[in-house]
Amino acid sequence: MKQSGWLLASALVCSATWAAAETEYRAAVLRVDAPGPMPISRLDLPPEDIGFAGAALGTADNATTGSFMQQKFTTETVVAAPETAEAEMRKLLDAGIWWIVVMADADTTVKLADIAGDRALVLNAESTADRLRGEDCRANLLHTAPSDAMLTDALAQYLVWKRWTDWFLIEGSHPEDKALADAYRRAATKFGAKIVEERVFEDTGGARRTDSGTVQIQQQMPAFTQRAAEHDVVVAADRAGVFAAHLPYHTWEPRPVTGSAGLMPDTWHPAHEAWGATQFQTRFEKQMGRPARDEDYQVWMALRVLGEAATRTQGGDFTAIHDFVLSDGFDLAAFKGQKLTFRDWDGQLRQPILLTADRVVVSVSPQAEFLHQVSQLDTLGIDRPETACRK
Amino acid sequence: MRTARFGILLASAAFAAGPALAEKIFVSNEKGNTVTVLDGATHEVIHTIEGMQRPRGITASPDGKHIYVCASDDNLVRVYDSTTYEELPSLPSGPDPELFVLHPSGNPLYIANEDDNIVTVVDVETRQVLAEVPVGVEPEGMGVSPDGTIVVNTSETTNMAHLIDTSSFEIVENVLVDSRPRFAQYTPDGKFLLVSAEIGGTVSVIDPALSEVVHKITFEVPGVLPEALQPVGVRVTADGKKAYVALGPANRVAVVDTATWEVTDYLLVGQRVWQLAFSPDGKFLYTTNGNSNDISIIDVATDKVLKSVQVGEQPWGVVAVES
Repeated sequence: MKQSGWLLASALVCSATWAAAETEYRAAVLRVDAPGPMPISRLDLPPEDIGFAGAALGTADNATTGSFMQQKFTTETVVAAPETAEAEMRKLLDAGIWWIVVMADADTTVKLADIAGDRALVLNAESTADRLRGEDCRANLLHTAPSDAMLTDALAQYLVWKRWTDWFLIEGSHPEDKALADAYRRAATKFGAKIVEERVFEDTGGARRTDSGTVQIQQQMPAFTQRAAEHDVVVAADRAGVFAAHLPYHTWEPRPVTGSAGLMPDTWHPAHEAWGATQFQTRFEKQMGRPARDEDYQVWMALRVLGEAATRTQGGDFTAIHDFVLSDGFDLAAFKGQKLTFRDWDGQLRQPILLTADRVVVSVSPQAEFLHQVSQLDTLGIDRPETACRK
Repeated sequence: MRTARFGILLASAAFAAGPALAEKIFVSNEKGNTVTVLDGATHEVIHTIEGMQRPRGITASPDGKHIYVCASDDNLVRVYDSTTYEELPSLPSGPDPELFVLHPSGNPLYIANEDDNIVTVVDVETRQVLAEVPVGVEPEGMGVSPDGTIVVNTSETTNMAHLIDTSSFEIVENVLVDSRPRFAQYTPDGKFLLVSAEIGGTVSVIDPALSEVVHKITFEVPGVLPEALQPVGVRVTADGKKAYVALGPANRVAVVDTATWEVTDYLLVGQRVWQLAFSPDGKFLYTTNGNSNDISIIDVATDKVLKSVQVGEQPWGVVAVES
């Protein structure tokens, strides 16, 4: 079947030179900006075009390919507040857009997917919440953002490979921190690590950054980490970004910090160069004037999925594209050294995870030693037999 | 194929000229920033050329006198005398050149510029850019038809082979292949064009007359993860009977029968094997093994891996000449 597709492909390409009809693909990126505290480091302030820059590059990449295929790609970018998100989603649906990338928290993402129903495919490019791939999964919801389980498994594999199996887990006091800490507990059990000490770092509010704030932090962090059971590494679960960045060099014991600071699991990093990634970095930086962030890469992938499906289905419509993306024939090349595909049980994009520290990529998981009967990428995250998704 | 074809010409020239010509193998070391030179008879390292940044694609002039190297981080093509190793004036390449192919006549040079979605055409005599051809996203592989009328570029994110007319510099056909096409190689008779897809894990066999994929070569090695079977470099023997495909992190070179397009053997070589080149007489195939810092030497008649030789850090490309 695939073979005949190729024959058809080249036939169409030949004739396309004379054909006037052009297929147009309209996508949208809906970003829901919730008000929240500032990040600990001003280096982490989100750029105004976060995600949208990835959309611009993905659309441009699709358009270049489209120019050989008589296909046109446009992407509408919308910023919404939590209270306007649903109305904005309805507007996009009413405009006939059926490929909608959402950058929002877990609750908003589910709500938006439900509004879209069978009128659009929704691609989650931001939320890592496991429940979106589990009990709160939706048939019309795909995820290019990795799940917490994938991120924590990626780090756990490396720590176990290093034989750093005694962990001191420090979690924040927000619900998303708790969810991330649960993912680390699950990862520890899965790969044979031991959590020897657990503490909760309470968010007492207040500004995250103050003039000469380091004076107090230098007293506070060592004291907080004092008298922990003998451990190899600190694992920080701080999704809210309250404390983890202050852990390295301040822990009572001289131990590496991992998780939400130090050695971190990420989908992208400006230093990532393997598998042609340099080409993405230079293309992105030249156009956007800044390095790409995880969100940019995740939105880029969400739009490239559409581009790839449009190419392979030879200008297919919503149904054809939807079916192809979830079929065995679909794969995406995204600078991770192997093909990326969607898990049919929860809509999650399988992907290697970078382990990064400051200026470099330290390693890439899955680690070669962890095997799997189907795909090594399924050693990261929730596998078919354990899924809670009943979509 | 090209190397092999010229190899035959060179071999006959060698008979005429007597035993003065020596075979040499040039290997670009991407991380080492060097080109390692090996004696083709003893397979020993006899020289190391330094003074370049991130050398990747490497090829030779038809007479074997000049070695061209894509110095990616220098944004130019460096040229060396294959006898004296002296550096000759560089060629403009456009930004970040990775792979290139020389016209069978020895001029011009067609260079893939990954960052700018163009193929740059450079006159190697005048060192002038003759044309810039817009292609798909991330152009990489470059091949040329034996008659020199068509140059092929593969674009890694667009997933196409672009067939470019060498006289008009216009794209005449686009053929869709699998994900991340890396290399394009014609059979010596020009009847088929082979395009490897690294992420797709296949080699598309294209009939250039129809611009259609007529067959897809797939790979399967017991005990090797399917996602590790990543075809990159492709070469076809001068008689057109066998194709060799480097399978990247699978650490193997596949031997393909071109009559049936079936894989007949998998040869275990070094780690992350990427590019391939025949010896001028076509008797040996050399493979660059990026993660084990060596080249493997394969006997083409028996398909046995004879030995491996350490070269520089992260060998990328290889070419063998008589000079």
